[in-house]
Amino acid sequence: MTDPLFWHRLQFGFTITYHYLFPQLTMGLALLIVVLKAIALSTGKSSCNDAARFWIRIFGLNFAMGVVTGVPMEFQFGTNWAAFSRRTGDVIGQTLAMEGVFAFFLESSFLALLVWGERRLGPRKHFLAAVALFVGSWLSGYFIIATNAFMQHPVGHELGADGIFRLRDLGAFVFNPWAIAQFLHNQMAAVVTAAFVMAAVGAYWRLRSEHREVAAISLRTGVLAGLAASMLVAFPTGHNQGRLVAEHQPASLAAMEGRFESGGHAPLAMIGQPNVAARKLDNPIHLPSLLSWIAYGDFSANVRGLNDFPERDWPGNVELLYYSFHIMVGLGTIFIAVMGLAGLSLLRGRLEGSRLLLWILVLAFPFPYIANTAGWLTAELGRQPWLVYGLMRTAEGGSPTVHGGTTLFTTLGFAGLYLVLGLLFFSLVMREVSHGPRALTPSSPEPRPLQPSLGN
Amino acid sequence: MEMLWFSIAAVMVAIYVVMDGFDFGAGGLHLLVARTDRERRQVLAAIGPFWDGNEVWLLAAGGVLFLAFPAVLAAGLSGFYLAIFFVLWTLILRGIAIEFRSHVEDRLWRSFWDATFAVASTLAPVLFGAALGNLLRGVPLSAEGWFALPLFESFSPTGALGILDWYTVLVGVFALVTILHHGALYLAWRTDGAVRLRSLDAATRLFPATVALWLVATVATARIAPEIGRHLAGRPLAWLATALFLAGLSGSWLARRAGRDLLAFLGSCAFVLGLLAATAAAVYPTMIRGTSAAASLTALNSAAGEYSLRAGLLWWPIGFVLAVVYYVVLFRLHRAKAQAAAEGEGY
Repeated sequence: MTDPLFWHRLQFGFTITYHYLFPQLTMGLALLIVVLKAIALSTGKSSCNDAARFWIRIFGLNFAMGVVTGVPMEFQFGTNWAAFSRRTGDVIGQTLAMEGVFAFFLESSFLALLVWGERRLGPRKHFLAAVALFVGSWLSGYFIIATNAFMQHPVGHELGADGIFRLRDLGAFVFNPWAIAQFLHNQMAAVVTAAFVMAAVGAYWRLRSEHREVAAISLRTGVLAGLAASMLVAFPTGHNQGRLVAEHQPASLAAMEGRFESGGHAPLAMIGQPNVAARKLDNPIHLPSLLSWIAYGDFSANVRGLNDFPERDWPGNVELLYYSFHIMVGLGTIFIAVMGLAGLSLLRGRLEGSRLLLWILVLAFPFPYIANTAGWLTAELGRQPWLVYGLMRTAEGGSPTVHGGTTLFTTLGFAGLYLVLGLLFFSLVMREVSHGPRALTPSSPEPRPLQPSLGN
Repeated sequence: MEMLWFSIAAVMVAIYVVMDGFDFGAGGLHLLVARTDRERRQVLAAIGPFWDGNEVWLLAAGGVLFLAFPAVLAAGLSGFYLAIFFVLWTLILRGIAIEFRSHVEDRLWRSFWDATFAVASTLAPVLFGAALGNLLRGVPLSAEGWFALPLFESFSPTGALGILDWYTVLVGVFALVTILHHGALYLAWRTDGAVRLRSLDAATRLFPATVALWLVATVATARIAPEIGRHLAGRPLAWLATALFLAGLSGSWLARRAGRDLLAFLGSCAFVLGLLAATAAAVYPTMIRGTSAAASLTALNSAAGEYSLRAGLLWWPIGFVLAVVYYVVLFRLHRAKAQAAAEGEGY
């Protein structure tokens, strides 16, 4: 516990997990807001605009939290992972700098327009502002995932004798196949979160018989988007991601499945507890041969177990990796079932009258957050013990001059600050939900007073 | 190539200070120049559409450093570890204060966030200024190019070094006063009525302090880092920047007295830009000055590889131009003087 590396990892893991609670909603919501504004533009229905206006307010609150918790992430590369930054900055500096100039400026400028510009811009330009915000937030996601992809599956570089990674092919690095696969999977997962939140709020209002039209629009948009995204997140995007892991990180795949022995006709573990000391999975319930097919498209393919790899190359926390992966997959399956039922009921015109389904939708919204978090835990624990897969170990990446006492100090500071911010944020969102959508007041004078902020 | 990227990094930092500087200054002054809730919301309306974009310049500057000078970014951020986190926490609290304040119509809630906003906006410029002071004074770099500084040690720039000593605090206070003056001129331009008059009054009082502290800081810097003066003499770019900041400083004074609010603010922008540009031109190629015999981290020995620097030039100018275009659009849409947003509509 006196090892500074432990605290660096804890701090980065905590701050990034917390941070990502917000972008997963805003990236998904940005797409759904575009959808709402597009429907409003083509049908001229004012209730669609009311719904969009409500969701832009929720977006604003989440975006503000995403910004303030995101700024430390960029700095922690240097403060906590200085050796890593010095050795890889030549490569990943590109995508991190791209994110600043291409994505952040786009997001911050167009959110300001979206928030206060509805009257001033007119419906068409206001729709375009929503599109620009969507592009900005998804670009931001891409640059971060491309950066992460270099750590997962390094390409486009050359490793010097001095240990410095040097960029050799910008195109290969930016369009890393791992980045494209992970981006598609991740963005679908973000849409799942936004869709579940939107459906939950719609269902909540519906159960209380409030805001009838906006509730119906939110419910319908949430359920249809949720159904589509829940399926896409599993197939083809999740499946593709799994094959990449099987191909490039076989030790991770073995740990994710709690698999120690190699062999063909590898079964898929549904449930069970990895017993690392005994090198086996306790109380397993298996689906025969399925893992071989998922990993290699062949029911008899050999899937290597952890015993095939030296223990020093095993992911450091096999148990947590195993559970993260299974929680992600299990919840993903449940999402398809829930949204499938809700979608069927919606198409038959019965969803608004089904109190049971509405209650399920209200209570389901936290689970996509858990699934997204578990998914990223799977990716990042699976990358261990490497910072750059196969080339640079996590133990080599910490800041050489920062000791554990300082890192614990800042970790505790973040814990306290984020706890307070989280409580305030949650109460503000709840206030918005109970207030409901706001009309665009026709009485406000022209030119409209400046709205001083992003988040409204 | 290294010189080009050094210039780009310096320009990014300078734009950041000018842009986020005005909202830091506005935040530091708002308890004084805006007394009622309506006036406070007027101040927030004046910076609201911009503050987040302004902060992006910091991230964009950080991105440029990461791309072009990874060794400087790594050594600097880890060496100033604690100070960096204090800056980050003040940035978090500021952003949240601006965004959360007007969500709840409650006097205590708003007073709390107003005070938070003021304190965070005041602390951050001091810390940023002290960081610059540290780079000028020098840090104990090891042969491998790393260092670690405690927050404070002997408070002397020649004894046992800490991030804060009398010299770096002096630079920090100079930065704070300059930024407050800058923010006051911004508010005078962007607002009307009582807030504008009080902002002008604040600028009038802050101006002599700015000039005095600038003189003291300049003399102190010449003593602490004598080579800066020597470089300055032989570098035409540094003369140009010096001319710019002197013109900006006097211009802002003249324009304020003539009642030309925008011109006065632009003068202050030129002052801040010129001062930072002159400093950058004078210290080049040093980025982190070492106090010991070991070499400093310079633009030449810490740069990324030739391929990366060239690759960055392919896309970076496009991104920069786009960012400027967004800003022009945003400022054009906000030509009018800032009014407090209606209750329940704006923050």
